[in-house]
Amino acid sequence: MTAIAQTPTETDAYNFAYLDEQTKRMIRRAILKGVAIPGYQVPFASREMPMPYGWGTGGVQVTAACLVPEDRLKVIDQGADDTTNAVSIRRFFQRTAGVAVTENTPEATVIQTRHRIPETPLTEGQILVYQVPIPEPLRFLEPRETETRRMHALEDYGLMHVKLYEDIARHGQIATSYDYPVKVEGRYVMDPSPIPKFDNPKMSDNAAIQLFGAGREQRIYALPPYTKVVSLDFEDHPFVASKADHPCGLCGSTDSYLDEVIMDDQGGRMFVCSDTNYCSTRREAGHIGAMAAPAPAQPQERRAE
Amino acid sequence: MNATALQGGFATPAHDSARAFRATLDALARPGTIQTVAGAQPPAPLSVAAGVLILTLTDGTTPVHLAGAWDCADVRDWITFQTGAPLVGPADAAFAVGAWNDLAPLDRFAIGTPDYPDRSATLIVECDALQAQGAQLTGSGIKDSARLSLPDAARVFAANHALFPLGLDFFFTAGDRLAGLPRSTKVEDN
Repeated sequence: MTAIAQTPTETDAYNFAYLDEQTKRMIRRAILKGVAIPGYQVPFASREMPMPYGWGTGGVQVTAACLVPEDRLKVIDQGADDTTNAVSIRRFFQRTAGVAVTENTPEATVIQTRHRIPETPLTEGQILVYQVPIPEPLRFLEPRETETRRMHALEDYGLMHVKLYEDIARHGQIATSYDYPVKVEGRYVMDPSPIPKFDNPKMSDNAAIQLFGAGREQRIYALPPYTKVVSLDFEDHPFVASKADHPCGLCGSTDSYLDEVIMDDQGGRMFVCSDTNYCSTRREAGHIGAMAAPAPAQPQERRAE
Repeated sequence: MNATALQGGFATPAHDSARAFRATLDALARPGTIQTVAGAQPPAPLSVAAGVLILTLTDGTTPVHLAGAWDCADVRDWITFQTGAPLVGPADAAFAVGAWNDLAPLDRFAIGTPDYPDRSATLIVECDALQAQGAQLTGSGIKDSARLSLPDAARVFAANHALFPLGLDFFFTAGDRLAGLPRSTKVEDN
C-alpha cells in the first residue's frame, strides 16, 4: 500500500497552496523573468517553509506559486514516488492546496522532482519543478557571488572548461557524473541540479516547462519548452550520458537509469530502475527482469515496507 | 476615489490569481500562443486581460507606469485600491500599461543591467485584436516557428531581442486574451 491511499483532506487553516498572495506574486514575477532569460538565476526572497532546507524548499515554493486547484501533482525523489521526501511534499500540497495527486507520469500536470527527470517523455502542458541545492554552477570554482555574477554577465566560462579539462588530465575522462554543467541557448551556463548526467539530454528540446527553485540560495531559473540545452564537453572528449551497464533486475529495461541495491554482505547486488513509475508500468505491461518474481508483482518483492 | 475603484477585483483571489498566472506563464513560455483569462472587471480603457495581469503580478513593491489614455483617474484609482502599486514615470516602472503608440519610445524603460538582467520592465500592450498570424517567431518556447500579430514592425522587436540577455518583455492584451513575447524570441518579417 502506498501513502497515496491515505488521502489527507484539504485544510482551510492556510491560504491556497500555503504561501500568502504577496509571496506568490513575488515568486511568480521571478518565474516570468526566469522564463524570459533562460538559464539566468533570478534572485527571489525565499521564505521559510515548514520543512528544513535541503528538503526542497525552493521547489516547494515554485510549485506553490504554479499550482491551480485543477492540477494533478506528482512528486519524485531520486525517481521514486514513495520515498520520505516525495511523500511528505505530496501530502503537504494535498493538505494545503487540495490538489489531486498521481504517481503516473503522463497523468501529472505538475511534477516536482529531486534529482531525476522521469523516463517517460514529458508533454506540452506539463511543468517539471526541480529542487536545487546549489544553483550556481561556478560556485565551487569561485566562492564570491560578486565574481560569479560578473562572470555570467561577461559570459566568462573559461574556468568551467578548465575544471572539466583537469578532470580529463587527472582521470582520463570527465569524472563529473551528476550536476553536470550545461549551456542554455548558447548563452548562460546553468546548473541542472544534481540529476545524473544520464538525464542531461532530456532537458534539451523538452516539451514541458522546466522550473528550478533553490530555497536556501534564493534563486529561481527556468527553461521554456523546446529550449536548446547543451552539456559542456570537448571535441576529443564528447559528453556521454552514462548509466550502469546492466538491465533493470525487475523490468528488464536496458535504457533507463539504474540504482544499485546491495542485497547482502556477500557481494550480492541488483540494479533496478530509479524511476519507480516507469519500472512498475513496464512490469504491468508484462516486461519481467531477470531478478523479478515470476508471478505478477507481489508485495514481498519490494523492499522493507 | 470613486466607487468603481472598489469593484472588479478577483472574487476568490488565491484561485483566480493562480489560474491567471498559469495562463500568463504559458503565454510567456510559449510565445505565439494566445491564452484566455478571466476574473477581473477593470474600468475602461483597461482590458480584462490587462486587468488580470495587474491583479496577478503587481503590488506595493512594483511601480507601474500608465501611458496615454490609460493614465486616467478611473484606472489610477482602480490599480491603487486593488494592488497598492505606486504609479510612476517610465524610467522607474517595473510594469507599464498602455497602447503601443503611447508606450513609445521604448528606450525610456529599464532593460536591466548585465549583472541583473531581470531588473527590466514588462510592458503590457493593449491591442485591438490578437491573431496567430503576422511576424514569424522562433527561439525558446517555440517548437519550430510561430506567428503572432504584433503592433509594430518586426525590426522593433528584433532590436529588443538583440539586447539579450537585457531587454524588455511584452504581454499583448486584447479583451480577455493575452499573448507573451519575451526578449529571448527572435522576430522576423514575412
